[in-house]
Amino acid sequence: MSGVPFGAVLDSVREGSFWMPPDASVTTQFVDPVFYYILGLTTFFFVAIVAVGAYFAIRYRKRSDADRTHPSAGSHTLEAVLAIIPSILMATIFWVGFRGYINLSVPPPDALEIRTVGQKWFWTFEYPNGMVMNTSVENAKLREEAGLETGLVVPIGQPVKLIGHSRDVLHSMFVPAFRIKKDVMPNRYTSIWFEATKTGTYDFFCTEYCGKDHSRMITKVIVKEQADYDAWLEEETKNSAKPKSGSELFAQGGCTACHSLAGVAGAGPALNGLFGRDEALADGTSVKADENYIRESIVNPTAKVVNGYAPVMPPFAGTFSDEELDTLVNYIKNQK
Amino acid sequence: MMLDTPETPENAEDAPAEEHGDHGHHADEPSYLVYGKEKGFASFLKSWLITVDHKRIGIMYLISVLLFFAVAGFTAIYFRWELMTAAPDVMSGDTYNKAFTLHGGIMVFLVIIPLTPAALGNFVLPLMLGAKDVAFPKLNLASLYVYWAGAALLVYAVLGGGFDTGWTFYTPYSTTAQGPITWALLGAFTLGFSSIFTGLNFIVTIHKMRAPGMGFFRMPLMLWALYATALTQLLATPVLAITLLLVAMERIMGIGIFNPDLGGDPVLMQHFFWFYSHPAVYIMILPAFGIISELVAVHSRKRIFGYGAIALSSVSIALIGFLVWGHHMFVSGQSELSGVVFSFLTFFVAVPTAIKIFSWTGTMWGGSVRFNTPMLYTLSFLFLFLIGGLTGLFLSTMATDVHLHDTYFVVAHFHYVMASGAVISFLGGLHHWWPKMFGTMYNETLGKIGAIIIFLGFNLTFFPQFVAGSRGMPRRYHEYVSEFEGMQYMSSIGSFVLAFGLVFVLCYLLHALFKGKPAPDNPWGGVTLEWETATPPIEHNFHHTPVCVRGPYDFPEIDESLGNGHH
Repeated sequence: MSGVPFGAVLDSVREGSFWMPPDASVTTQFVDPVFYYILGLTTFFFVAIVAVGAYFAIRYRKRSDADRTHPSAGSHTLEAVLAIIPSILMATIFWVGFRGYINLSVPPPDALEIRTVGQKWFWTFEYPNGMVMNTSVENAKLREEAGLETGLVVPIGQPVKLIGHSRDVLHSMFVPAFRIKKDVMPNRYTSIWFEATKTGTYDFFCTEYCGKDHSRMITKVIVKEQADYDAWLEEETKNSAKPKSGSELFAQGGCTACHSLAGVAGAGPALNGLFGRDEALADGTSVKADENYIRESIVNPTAKVVNGYAPVMPPFAGTFSDEELDTLVNYIKNQK
Repeated sequence: MMLDTPETPENAEDAPAEEHGDHGHHADEPSYLVYGKEKGFASFLKSWLITVDHKRIGIMYLISVLLFFAVAGFTAIYFRWELMTAAPDVMSGDTYNKAFTLHGGIMVFLVIIPLTPAALGNFVLPLMLGAKDVAFPKLNLASLYVYWAGAALLVYAVLGGGFDTGWTFYTPYSTTAQGPITWALLGAFTLGFSSIFTGLNFIVTIHKMRAPGMGFFRMPLMLWALYATALTQLLATPVLAITLLLVAMERIMGIGIFNPDLGGDPVLMQHFFWFYSHPAVYIMILPAFGIISELVAVHSRKRIFGYGAIALSSVSIALIGFLVWGHHMFVSGQSELSGVVFSFLTFFVAVPTAIKIFSWTGTMWGGSVRFNTPMLYTLSFLFLFLIGGLTGLFLSTMATDVHLHDTYFVVAHFHYVMASGAVISFLGGLHHWWPKMFGTMYNETLGKIGAIIIFLGFNLTFFPQFVAGSRGMPRRYHEYVSEFEGMQYMSSIGSFVLAFGLVFVLCYLLHALFKGKPAPDNPWGGVTLEWETATPPIEHNFHHTPVCVRGPYDFPEIDESLGNGHH
């Protein structure tokens, strides 16, 4: 911690302005002018009130015990003026904020729709052609080793609508550089939209607290030129059609966030040496860990919960195809 | 403003036979702090634990609340230490989540809500009214024991492994996560009753036990503020109780209210939760308005600017505060129409708040302002609360809230409002009423130094968080992208300064408690009734029912010949 100089504050604000992160989407125009309008008004009133207060406090400081003070107990006229002026200004703030919000809420009709699924603790983006981008920390690491980028890749100048949904608890999609945010929920769809104006890489955060690895539930938005995007999508689509290995699927599911393969109990039990063992369950019964049990525990984890653990694992039904489930069950089976 | 009434059969019973002075000094009548001492320690302790004296209950609340304040404060220092660097290095993610939950839960439920009403309010409310006690003294003691019971449940939950839901208990996380969450829910549920008892007691006391001559519009503004607070406590807290109980039922019995897997709706929980927790913000801030109104008038030797406006704006803030809960949910998936309505209504709270700021500032005009410790806290409050209030406009405006929601901007905003509002005003109030409570004076120079350290530490802690937040740093992050390291580092340094300031204040106050010079009955020249009784007060507060013959701010220094004051 000693290595952090205060100069880091200056470094950190080189991107974007002092108050705002980089500006990389048309949606920033619905937020930034409103922000600076309020900032201007509030700064003016802050300075004015502090100046008047400081003046009064010093000008009317106690000088002696013989001080006599003014009998005034207020002025209805002044009070009325001081109520009406802020009321009018606040009405204008409400109005510009209202307009901006409505614009943020209504995506253009030609938007590219990308399904965005949040679960503990990663995001998955499903493109219209069926290609699925999984951004779990483990998967991103594997992809990086293979020289692949991980994140929400989008073309510049194209409106994009993210249709959000959660597999477990609440999460929230947030891209500071685009000034957009919306919670995702297990029981309904929510959406946000943007149209990137600059190529580059921007943070995509989860902003609704979701437990242990909330602060690791982050990925990137990668904005590319249309031609680069098309090439990328084609390549990824081809890759995703190839069958994946068990370890790739295990990484993709984010399984290692809770399940160790080295005998360490996490939020879930360690999975090495599981196959063939008798597992004691929370309801007092026990079950032999065979292929059926492992498969059931992936697609419907709360059906049989191991004693000592909470039923917190989200169901992975729909996350993996039938073939992928076979591969994954076989992979877990072989962890000694 | 108080005159001894002529002896009447009614109050003659209470009055001891011997002569008494103007200020109620009775050499042979012990103060509320020491009566019962002569019978030995065990019986003295018992006389405190089963007391129905509002002053003793207030002091016991004060000690309990400060104890939990210390726990929450040290927890905050612990995770500020972690947040000095972007990488996780001091504690695990799990521990961090439990730490911020502990800090928030304790600060909200065990510290700020009871801080001013139950600790200071209990002490000063009957004295300011000219009453012997609150309307229901036994209920008052019960509220303290219920507070201890609720606190014990929360402590049990913490010792039993801790819980990491955040103080907001959002579902479905809170109904599915591991840990002794049910105990924590029951703790918060129980604490609600303590709050309701206090609120109920204060409302009845203010209605029924004002001194003769004290109409509602002759009450000190502290009482108006406590009255508005009590209304909110009484009307909002049951909704929290119901919500927490429903969450607990979902956890224990699997009844689907909020968990979609069971057919519930998590957004419904947020509506219920904020229906209480937004008014709860006013439970925390309205007493602060009361304290500041007293302090600014007494230490400026002026009538308050716009008494009626301040009194009624407290009540209107309390009432409008019930209609704005949805502004916590602009990005939660509630409908856009709801968002628009809630945003619009929120600005109606901003107006009365602005009026108060103008009134406090205007009160100093034409006055004789004393720069003592209580006044420094008052000025500090005005500065900090102004920032807190103005930054609220960014969050009540929908377009900017979309960007700022759940970022450090919100964290900074509510600390400027809550911590400055509740804690700084409380410290001002504590220094103001300290002589009356304990009969000793603290060191004025140390008091001023303490107030300045706290002011500087507070700004250094929380101002950088505005910038981190508007630049996009989410709250409740254990590790973060390195861009924010500089601002987080500054914030941590600030928190150490702030903690040092608070410990500094604690040290000289403890010194004053045992070694301080005896305080006069009325060190500040206050004209409200609490200054008319002995210091520290006797068990029954007043020997004779005082009569209120003047307004609460009719100071002798006021030069009536200068003309056109109205009140």
